[in-house]
Amino acid sequence: MPSIKTLAQREEKEVRFTPGHTLCAGCAEPMVVRTVLNAIADPVVVASPTGCLEVASSRFPGTAWNVPWIHVAFENAGAVISGVEAAYKALRRTGAIRRRIRFVVFAGDGGTYDIGLQALSGALERGHDFLYVCLNNEAYMNTGVQRSSATPACAAATTAPVGDAIPGKPQDRKDLTEIVAAHHVPYVAQAAVSHLIDLANKVERAMKHEGPKFLNVLTTCPLGWRTPRDSALVQSKLAVETRYWPLYEVVEGKYKINYKPKERVPVEEWLKTQGRFRHLFRDPKGQERIAEFQAAVDRHWEYLLRKETCFSGGEGGQG
Amino acid sequence: MRKVMTGHKAVAEAMRQIEPDVVAVYPITPQSEIAEYYAEYVHDGIVHTELVPVESEHSALSACVGAAAAGARVMTATSSQGLALLVEVLYIAAGMRLPIVMALANRALSAPINIHCDHSDAYLARDSGAFQIFCESAQEAYDYTLIAQRIAEHERVRLPGIVNLDGFALTHTAQVVEPLEDAVAKEFVGPFQAVYPLLDVEKPVTWGAFAMPDYYFELKRAQQAAIEEVPAAFLAVQKEFVRLAGRPYAGFVDAYRLEDADRALVVLGSTAGTAKVAVDALREKGEKVGLLKVWLFRPFPYGAVAEALGHLRHVAVLDRAISFGAMGALYSDVAAALYRRKDRPALVNYIYGLGGRDITVEQLQNVLVELPKVRPDEALRYIGLRE
Repeated sequence: MPSIKTLAQREEKEVRFTPGHTLCAGCAEPMVVRTVLNAIADPVVVASPTGCLEVASSRFPGTAWNVPWIHVAFENAGAVISGVEAAYKALRRTGAIRRRIRFVVFAGDGGTYDIGLQALSGALERGHDFLYVCLNNEAYMNTGVQRSSATPACAAATTAPVGDAIPGKPQDRKDLTEIVAAHHVPYVAQAAVSHLIDLANKVERAMKHEGPKFLNVLTTCPLGWRTPRDSALVQSKLAVETRYWPLYEVVEGKYKINYKPKERVPVEEWLKTQGRFRHLFRDPKGQERIAEFQAAVDRHWEYLLRKETCFSGGEGGQG
Repeated sequence: MRKVMTGHKAVAEAMRQIEPDVVAVYPITPQSEIAEYYAEYVHDGIVHTELVPVESEHSALSACVGAAAAGARVMTATSSQGLALLVEVLYIAAGMRLPIVMALANRALSAPINIHCDHSDAYLARDSGAFQIFCESAQEAYDYTLIAQRIAEHERVRLPGIVNLDGFALTHTAQVVEPLEDAVAKEFVGPFQAVYPLLDVEKPVTWGAFAMPDYYFELKRAQQAAIEEVPAAFLAVQKEFVRLAGRPYAGFVDAYRLEDADRALVVLGSTAGTAKVAVDALREKGEKVGLLKVWLFRPFPYGAVAEALGHLRHVAVLDRAISFGAMGALYSDVAAALYRRKDRPALVNYIYGLGGRDITVEQLQNVLVELPKVRPDEALRYIGLRE
């Protein structure tokens, strides 16, 4: 398993994602991108759909990418990487390419949960050999914090504002990790930016498998979550401790929860630190909605525990 | 060797000979047989192509873009709603200067849904930056698939190209086709030269960058320069092909009995075959009529069209799609081509054949006969419509 030192040494040798980007101060995305890329020893080709990372890393004539990188549109990263990987297979067959190259997608939750879901599902079903990393910041941050199907219930978004009639997002988030797992691909996991070694370990384990690999990484966004700029890691850690964002993996169908918080931290502790949930603590019905939120978190955690009991034997360890 | 085959089979044969590294394709009537034939070649192991059986046309062209940027030779095919779904990516393929050749089995766009031929799909892709060729026959569909591949990959062009063949009229009709020998076709197409391939990991490149007002305009201007290179490439490649295959192709347009004519039709695609019969029949009666078939629709060959039509007195331009709220797309192009000439023919625009409505020899004869009496105005006239 890679240590911080190994990751740092790899980056010293080859900076794959350079500091020449324009992501916001306090954005968690570069930490995830660098950790994932440093955890892969082979050469990589990266694809990204439209989103924060894409616009902030590729403004012509500059680029922050020191590895081959492609952006085509918003809804098609799964299809684009399928084409790149198919070209690689064909050119390996003719002998035009000899070395091993790995294929990685970095996409936001809008480009993954919503508009890109069909292309992702197609790529998973066809079994292309690639790693898809969802930089999940739980809304369309690039276009101004509009709600996505990854946005949690109650959260304020610019297309789900806190109004007198409807306070924030009425619907619960989609469980995309389980949707991907239902494709029966070799490796599926949830990770979080606060647990970078766990993330690196997951990338390393994922890359041992042929075929589609999927990582749903909670990638906190101080801007959209309305938290202080230096809060990305704290927010992410709290999401994991409250069991809002379980760290787990599904390896060849086997479930493994990588980290089980010893104490039960109420999700309220996480909600109350974020501006997007502030209304819950002012509204008279807020406590009721927080209780519903907690119940949903508990149900999901229980569901995962049962899945782990029923389908255990994953190769992961404690995160 | 001459063989009987459908337009689909003719395109699939050309694709087999080109043997792209990647084919990403999604089925749609009336294009599906191209996908089916190619899948057979792959599953029988007679081509090395990686087939990507995608879940939509949008993903088909997206995978093609990824594969082409990676450094592979790629092809696809679609029709109608499929073209409509992937047109976003077609603009991107052109903007990224990727030489992807796509057969388009021309079919009407919804609503109402209809599976038969018209040119509304090709017109939807008109401004995409892809060059477009229209074919009259299965033979042309075969020939121009090979020719389009060379134009697309020409070092001064590097753009996607569309080979149009009328749905059912060409795709499903068996005709006599004379393909080249495999070795000859392969030599004509030649090896693929990748430009800045993603898979060259030693020289990392950024594909699909984000350009703001400080650069976007210049990049689009450069793209216009690329499509302006198509005519020269078209003529050179067509000439080379004619030397090899002995076909009667010369230039961007097929001028049929126009030299001494005073009236003519202008059409795209398979209607040219019907129109030639109509022209011949009227010529028998001593009428000075002719036909202009346009092979290269984008970039539009203004000079060649003006040259071919300039001496006529009356011209009927036939559009097989309505450009709602405007004159037909082909009519507008022909009018623009003739505008600068002092003596120009009177132009009339006819709409015909929507959603697969038959177009007959008799109807085309009637158009040519009535043409001198028709007031050349900005009114659409319709052939074969119940009103």
